[in-house]
Amino acid sequence: MARKPVAALLTVFSMVLTAGVPASAAAQDRLKLSSTTSTDNTGLLVYLLPKFEEQTGIRVDVIAVGTGKALKLAENGDVDVTLVHAPSSEKRFMDAGFGVNHRTIMANYFVIVGPEKDPAGVKAADSAEVAFKGIAESGSPFVSRGDNSGTHIKEQSIWKAVLGVLPTGKSWYLESGKGMGETLTIADEKMGYTLSDSGTFMKYSDKVEVKTLFVKPSELLYNPYGIMAVNPEKQPHVNYDGAMKLISFMASVEGQRMIGEFTDKFGNRLFTPLADKN
Amino acid sequence: MEYLLTAITDAFGLILSLDPEVFTITLLSLRVAGTATVLAAVTGIPLAYLVATRDFRGKSALITVFNTLMALPTVVVGLFCYSFLSRKGPLGFLDLLFTPSGIILGDIILAFPLIVGLTIAAVNAVDPRARITAMSLGASPRLVSLTILIEARFGLMAALFNGFGRVVAEVGSAMMLGGNIRGYTRTITTAIALETSKGEFALGMALGIILLTLALMVNFTFRRLQMTSQR
Repeated sequence: MARKPVAALLTVFSMVLTAGVPASAAAQDRLKLSSTTSTDNTGLLVYLLPKFEEQTGIRVDVIAVGTGKALKLAENGDVDVTLVHAPSSEKRFMDAGFGVNHRTIMANYFVIVGPEKDPAGVKAADSAEVAFKGIAESGSPFVSRGDNSGTHIKEQSIWKAVLGVLPTGKSWYLESGKGMGETLTIADEKMGYTLSDSGTFMKYSDKVEVKTLFVKPSELLYNPYGIMAVNPEKQPHVNYDGAMKLISFMASVEGQRMIGEFTDKFGNRLFTPLADKN
Repeated sequence: MEYLLTAITDAFGLILSLDPEVFTITLLSLRVAGTATVLAAVTGIPLAYLVATRDFRGKSALITVFNTLMALPTVVVGLFCYSFLSRKGPLGFLDLLFTPSGIILGDIILAFPLIVGLTIAAVNAVDPRARITAMSLGASPRLVSLTILIEARFGLMAALFNGFGRVVAEVGSAMMLGGNIRGYTRTITTAIALETSKGEFALGMALGIILLTLALMVNFTFRRLQMTSQR
């Protein structure tokens, strides 16, 4: 009798093994794109990529991580193309020869969000530096991404400009080490401030109590997104052809029009196309 | 509190409507965890049997090692495998990173020590007279080991449950090695992590309820099998 369960067990497992195998997975031309949580969580890629897949027959696998990790995956040759938002890191990446054909395809801007009561007086500030200074002086909680993402890099550069050093270790400075959405939730729970890209914040605005307090588009708070192919001379195995097709698509008239038409459920435009400006 | 209710309604809605995306995600989770458990078992159980039934130097140290590895953090396994599977790593040419096979590899490493450790315990718990009886009846060595493993079947099943439970529920390694690619490497747990990060708590919770329901079904089936074999 004892052998019966063993046989049944094997049957169950063999059923599980053969179930749901994506048959087309290997046959299709695939492209790996590392991108940031802001482009993925806002739904932009899910909106754009089917069009590209339809036009080219290339299936795009999106690996959504922070900018730091997205660039690292590209540097290691684990993806074919990367779409990020940290111009200083992108420049280092390109200068080191890891990438080719960099194009800035769209932008939004950073906003400072915080509790409606605004104990740090961010609403009244006339620049992002003054706003950050107000937060530091009031000792109100500030939730940092702390994950080497584009937003984190921007936030650090503002703190350096304001304080000369990073506020790391200060009791009011909390590093979440998480994506933008989770960081907004933490800021909400802590009644604190944080820096967010406008796209992700708009998408989240109905889920959190924190409000945008500082929305003054300036050079400092400008948030451009760049796409670049992994250099095939460094990583010969990459799908360079597919990567170039994706970059061309994003920068094309049609791709740019689609980016410009992309809105959240409230009708807010989340990204401004700008390939024609390069 | 309100989203708990929404989550429960959502979960039933997703199951009943056979939402194709949820269906794909669920099947992938089962396939990956099932494959990993089977592969860890076919290698782990024979090894565990040998370790349990033989005397050699360093035996207790080896068992301690397996017991310690049961507590391997999933992200550590993810990171370790990533460094091998990355194009920068020695196994990069296999192109396993960000594929379901990549996740399976990490899961095997997670399930293996658990299955080995629990199988050793199960074999040790078998009445030593079973071996003597089998041998005195003239059983071949192969038949003797089969007899012992059959005697230990409840423990072996517990080892399989635990291995399966650990890998189907883990997220750290699946996220690093699979990359949470929509329609390709997104498992229930990485989808939960994603929905949580998007602030879609109800949907995340609904997926959690589906995972628990599946675990319940798997356990229930095995429990029934155990009862049948006891009779």
